Amino acid sequence: MIKDFSKIPTYDTLGVNERVDRFSKRSIKNSSKIEGLKLALSMIDLTTLEGNDTKGKVEQLCYKAMHPHNTLQGLPTVAAICVYPPFVSVAKKALQGSKINVASVATAFPSGQSDLKIKLADTKFAVDQGADEIDMVISRGKFLSGDYQYVYDEIVAVKEACGKAHLKVILETGELETLDNVRKASEIAIQAGADFIKTSTGKIQPAATLPVTYVMLDTIKDHFIKTGKMIGMKPAGGISNSKTAFQYLIMLNEILGEKWMNNKYFRFGASSLANDILMQLVKSETGFYQSANYFSKD
Amino acid sequence: MVQKNKTFKASWSYDPAPESTDHIQIKKKYDLYIDGKFVKPENGKYFETINPTNDEVIAEVALAEKEDVDKAVRAARNAFKSWSKIEPKERGKYIYRIARLIQERSREFAVIESLDGGKPIRESRDIDIPLAANHFFYYAGWADKLEYAFPNRNPKPLGVAGQIIPWNFPLLMAAWKLAPALATGNTVVLKPAETTPLTALKLAEIIRDSGLPKGVVNIITGAGKTGAEIVNHPDIDKISFTGSTAVGKYIQKAVAGTHKKITLELGGKSANIIFEDAAIDQAVEGIIDAIFFNQGHVCCAGSRLFIQESVADTVIQKLKDRMATLIVGDPLDKNTDIGAINSKRQLKTIENYIKIGLDEGGEIYQTDCKLPKKGNWCAPTLFLNLSQSHTIVQEEIFGPVLAIQTFRTIQEVIEKANNTPYGLAAGVWTQKGAKLFHLSQKLKAGVIWGNTFNKFDATSPFGGYKESGFGREGGLHGLKPYVKFE
Repeated sequence: MIKDFSKIPTYDTLGVNERVDRFSKRSIKNSSKIEGLKLALSMIDLTTLEGNDTKGKVEQLCYKAMHPHNTLQGLPTVAAICVYPPFVSVAKKALQGSKINVASVATAFPSGQSDLKIKLADTKFAVDQGADEIDMVISRGKFLSGDYQYVYDEIVAVKEACGKAHLKVILETGELETLDNVRKASEIAIQAGADFIKTSTGKIQPAATLPVTYVMLDTIKDHFIKTGKMIGMKPAGGISNSKTAFQYLIMLNEILGEKWMNNKYFRFGASSLANDILMQLVKSETGFYQSANYFSKD
Repeated sequence: MVQKNKTFKASWSYDPAPESTDHIQIKKKYDLYIDGKFVKPENGKYFETINPTNDEVIAEVALAEKEDVDKAVRAARNAFKSWSKIEPKERGKYIYRIARLIQERSREFAVIESLDGGKPIRESRDIDIPLAANHFFYYAGWADKLEYAFPNRNPKPLGVAGQIIPWNFPLLMAAWKLAPALATGNTVVLKPAETTPLTALKLAEIIRDSGLPKGVVNIITGAGKTGAEIVNHPDIDKISFTGSTAVGKYIQKAVAGTHKKITLELGGKSANIIFEDAAIDQAVEGIIDAIFFNQGHVCCAGSRLFIQESVADTVIQKLKDRMATLIVGDPLDKNTDIGAINSKRQLKTIENYIKIGLDEGGEIYQTDCKLPKKGNWCAPTLFLNLSQSHTIVQEEIFGPVLAIQTFRTIQEVIEKANNTPYGLAAGVWTQKGAKLFHLSQKLKAGVIWGNTFNKFDATSPFGGYKESGFGREGGLHGLKPYVKFE
């Protein structure tokens, strides 16, 4: 049963905007910057979620995940590959011997408009195929019509279906619109057993934004203060360059601090971010920016 | 006694990102700007202006005495004859020109403001200098529309205005006072504070370059004694002062029985009220802005915090967590949140109040930020478990020290908030519009912010109730203290 929402903190949009604006005006130590770029790379869930995905495409992406760059030394791999359920076994096989996880979206991604039984079957299929992490979507329609209990129960059921797999709950904040809704949805997801809360599917604009992520980090923080339990955070969609990624990391650093500064508790859902990070890393070594053509797409 | 907080320790340190100072030019010695020229003081005396971060002398500045004040007032009186008569739209053009010149040189002004006064470059760059330019732009627009500002009342300038500026917002306060005085056709003798005279002297250069007729603005430097010479000068028609309540009282006594008009913008002990239905995290940001903006050297600083009891623990915990991330240090670094205390004297005052707070049994909380060895620094400070009768709740500290009290009901917090000799500003944090409007009716303060704090705008009047002064600066209201009606 979900708790009473009357005591849930509210947010002032102007105030939040003003606050997150400050995170984009920090300057980072050069040494921290390289460390930060590598950290960001290690936090990426390299993603392909298209209708035209094939075995070949997924295999290529997995190769990229394991070998981000040919000449740069000491690079971490990305945290996970994120695919649709039919490609979990493909990715699992391609990633054999690496520590990269396979994450699968489930529960009628991206709209979530289906029956619970089908959603659970979807989840179980992905888990049976070997998915280490499940990215589920919440029922935004039910949420917006006020049926919070339904949303909660659904997450609890999916969590159970996940078994040992980690559960990331996608709120699709672009459809929730207000920061107060984001807070409510975050609370529901965390109480229902989410290991991670995630902003977006990437299919709806706006996807991840700094204000929305701020509210979600804030919820995680309050939850930690109350229970001592650490929940992870995954902004996804629209974070395509290192500069933006740094703004998120700076915010993470100032709100949740060093315990969260690793890929166990923070992920970026992104497809093109990895190459931008590599470009910055090469620049920090050679002093020059290389053309994007020098970085393999996948 | 001082607690430390490490729940959410940040692991990254930021790179120093100091604004360069190569592009600014500061002369070794500054003279008085009288009658359109820089002239040496009659008695040849100079005083030093100090960088508060390292105690080094930045420049020597002329000390104006009676003879110099006489000279400046004479120049202003002479200039008044033609300045009050020229086409109002021509007056406007000069003021627009000053505004544009400030914008053009804004980077230089921001750096000098931070260098001389110790405020973080983030504030001087984003707030002080742009707002100063805004004030000139805004009042330039009024210059030829005064008959619409005061319909059917035939507004006329007063004559020579003596303006005395505080050290907390040196250029901005100069703009607040100069712009309306010039727009209404007055001439001015202006004195910046002795610890922060440099941007006013740079402004003198801009005024000279703008081609403003000589003698319309005269800028003279000195300490309290120079200020007293201005206040007591028989040929001045208007005194406008921003500063401490003690000096304000002296000024009011001094001008009693004379023809001089007077505007005072004095101290404050403004209440910042957090209700249980507020957006708590933004309220915490608001508390930080209210008290630590410009190291608390703000007359309208939210230095008394009232938190509704049901959320007091949450707010205080969040406030402590947030304070742990504040960066205290080099004002010229763009990462810096809190800069240096303006002067040794002010630092002593603040330290003395902290001691009084402890002696009276207040519970102190300071973050464990590293403070530089040289210069004037004060860690952000909270005092908990206070009541209305504590000295640090009643008296203005003018530093980064916040006095925290709790309350239970609306009626109680209104009474407590109004229970002070001051009445400059107040902040109310609630998501309920009706409550906000109710409080804005009941709180006796010149400015009331709803769900924000320390926001300023050229179009909005600013000023106090009770011992926080009288007269308004900014907006349409800011014109009135500089005109008489015939």
